[in-house]
Amino acid sequence: MGPNPKMRKEFFDSTRSSPFPDEVLERVLSLLKSHKDLSPEIVARRFPRVKSVTLKGKPRFSDFNLVPENWGADVHPWLVVFAAKYPFLEELRLKRMAVSDESLEFLAINFPNFKVLSLLSCDGFSTDGLAAIATHCKNLTQLDIHENGIDDKSGSWLSCFPENFTSLEVLNFANLNTDVNFDALERLVSRCKSLKVLKASKSISLEHLQRLLVCAPQLIELGTGSLMPELTACQYAQLENAFNQLKNLSTLSGLWEASAPYLPVLYPACTNLTFLNLSYAFLQSHELESLLCQCPHLRRLWVLDTVGDKGLEAVGSNCPLLEELRVFPADPFDEEVIHGVTEAGFLAVSYGCRRLHYVLYFCRQMTNAAVATIVQNCPDFTHFRLCIMNPGQPDYVTNEPMDEAFGAVVRTCTKLQRLSVSGLLTDLTFEYIGQYAKNLETLSVAFAGSSDRGMQCMLEGCPKLRKLEIRDCPFGNAALLSGLEKYESMRSLWMSACNVTMNGCRLLAREMPRLNVEVMKDDGSDDSQADKVYVYRSVVGPRRDAPPCVLTLSGL
Amino acid sequence: MEGGVAYENDLNLKETELRLGLPGTGSTIEKGVSGARNNKRPLPETREEGGANGKPDAQHDDQENAPAPKAQIVGWPPIRSYRKNSLQPKKAEAEAAAGMYVKVSMDGAPYLRKIDLTVYKGYPELLRALENMFKLTIGEYSEREGYKGSEYAPTYEDKDGDWMLVGDVPWEMFLSSCKKLRIIKGSEAIGLGCGA
Repeated sequence: MGPNPKMRKEFFDSTRSSPFPDEVLERVLSLLKSHKDLSPEIVARRFPRVKSVTLKGKPRFSDFNLVPENWGADVHPWLVVFAAKYPFLEELRLKRMAVSDESLEFLAINFPNFKVLSLLSCDGFSTDGLAAIATHCKNLTQLDIHENGIDDKSGSWLSCFPENFTSLEVLNFANLNTDVNFDALERLVSRCKSLKVLKASKSISLEHLQRLLVCAPQLIELGTGSLMPELTACQYAQLENAFNQLKNLSTLSGLWEASAPYLPVLYPACTNLTFLNLSYAFLQSHELESLLCQCPHLRRLWVLDTVGDKGLEAVGSNCPLLEELRVFPADPFDEEVIHGVTEAGFLAVSYGCRRLHYVLYFCRQMTNAAVATIVQNCPDFTHFRLCIMNPGQPDYVTNEPMDEAFGAVVRTCTKLQRLSVSGLLTDLTFEYIGQYAKNLETLSVAFAGSSDRGMQCMLEGCPKLRKLEIRDCPFGNAALLSGLEKYESMRSLWMSACNVTMNGCRLLAREMPRLNVEVMKDDGSDDSQADKVYVYRSVVGPRRDAPPCVLTLSGL
Repeated sequence: MEGGVAYENDLNLKETELRLGLPGTGSTIEKGVSGARNNKRPLPETREEGGANGKPDAQHDDQENAPAPKAQIVGWPPIRSYRKNSLQPKKAEAEAAAGMYVKVSMDGAPYLRKIDLTVYKGYPELLRALENMFKLTIGEYSEREGYKGSEYAPTYEDKDGDWMLVGDVPWEMFLSSCKKLRIIKGSEAIGLGCGA
């Protein structure tokens, strides 16, 4: 019954104070390694005492609208079983699950010890659901609402926290757009003396922010609201003072509509920053540079490509400790306007930030030579996600495929766990990947490859491959069927807009009874084509909550 | 719209037409129209029928139909919906605030550019800018011969959907009617030397 989301137990976080008997931990550890997909009942049977659960539901490509909305991953059946078996559940972290207001209310009412709720990229709920959580969860310490599809009805849910409620440590409502009841928020923040993380929404003005900061100088992570200028000189001074009090800030985010005159107000709080998230702030290169000068200990930086190559040069010059860089496109769908970052920016970062090991880089041009130099400078990449935004674009200098770029990545970065490739790629890229990427676990491929051989190389090489997601590649049934045994050691395979047919999928399902092979058809497509295929292990057979548009082929 | 159709005596329509023009361009449009030479020079492509006998190479075709198809790939670039929705309003604001942007494509170039026409005072400036942008020589315009002596010719699509040679109409009229620019080369450029 129910979906088969991936499930992970989290018993090992040292901040958690409740110990578990060793025999439980041992049993859990042995089962964790397989990451098999289970049903709520099986989980409850195998793990008799659980305080913390993380559930991940839909395939990652649902983030990009490639998965039908009603695909499944409904949390409710899980909650029903948990209410019966784990009434003392304290923590629930959901990613890409369908969550309704009814489910949130059910959660709030049935788990008296409930402390931590984290919703990331979920959908199906509204602020009414949040109101239920605020009303009933007397022991709540964390409410983390992040990048979800919420029906944002109003901000009055904040007033639902009782006046005697003081336990909140983490509050992230940056997701929301409507005005919140600010007085209620201010009172909440004042009385929650242990509040460490506060991430506000766009509707919180600078003036509001100042009042909040005065109540909570102990914050470790802050997400500001909008930095739209609307302050008098006196208010500006007060705000500056408030930021000056934030001695312990390690993470700064938000900065919606950040405008240059107001950035300096942040400076006093930047000294100890390790994570700066500017991915919603349209900054220019010089604005970024001034900010970076204030952050000598920066380890993680997220920016928009409005900062340009020049901004990235500033990163290279000012952030010697940088370990993670993400550069998002401000204008991803307007391909005619040439701006953003190029290979030059990435190169500049690699020269200055030798400890870089995580990169997500959206650009409109790249060269093989640049990538080869970049990985020579930074051989410790564990996550290399390069998105050349025009599908199938070659090296813009030599006009050759980008095969050698990714060849260099996999040869040089022996610790590579996650790779996203892009640009014009032939099967040679996948030969390299199969041959060299011995630690690779997650691989994302789009608009690439020349023949079935490409996919075969990935499946025959890459001993640690867990997640393979492919879209718009010329891989067909021969490729799909070359990985039969491999799929049992993998968490999932996604293939969309490739050359796989229904017959190929049926054959796969027949040969591998322990796999669920889900096929989703596009409107108006050929009957024989398997437009979208999602393959994952299951011990419980086809799920019963699949909508009509999802066909599950199973050998069981 | 077929190529080769010259418009005459449509002043009535134009005078009663509701337009969304930039402030200050309204009156000049009227003046421009009454003295208009409607030199619609059909480009070879506009006479081609699609279908059976095939089209020129894909690159060419993509640029012909530049606007919608590429931008419409579902889920690409891979940006989460949340982020897309958060950034969209910002972009619209930025575009509304500034000038008159038109796309510029060139045969053989892998991606399009965009320029703000209001930045230029007239054709010579525009042409020099295009030459710089694409690293080529366009040369001088002549009414009779177009851009003879150059391998390239700058053309534009007007609001009627017709392809014109840049320079055929007065500057102000060009400003108000130009929807996008395209620099063509080779035989097509030579073929434009003749009038409609």
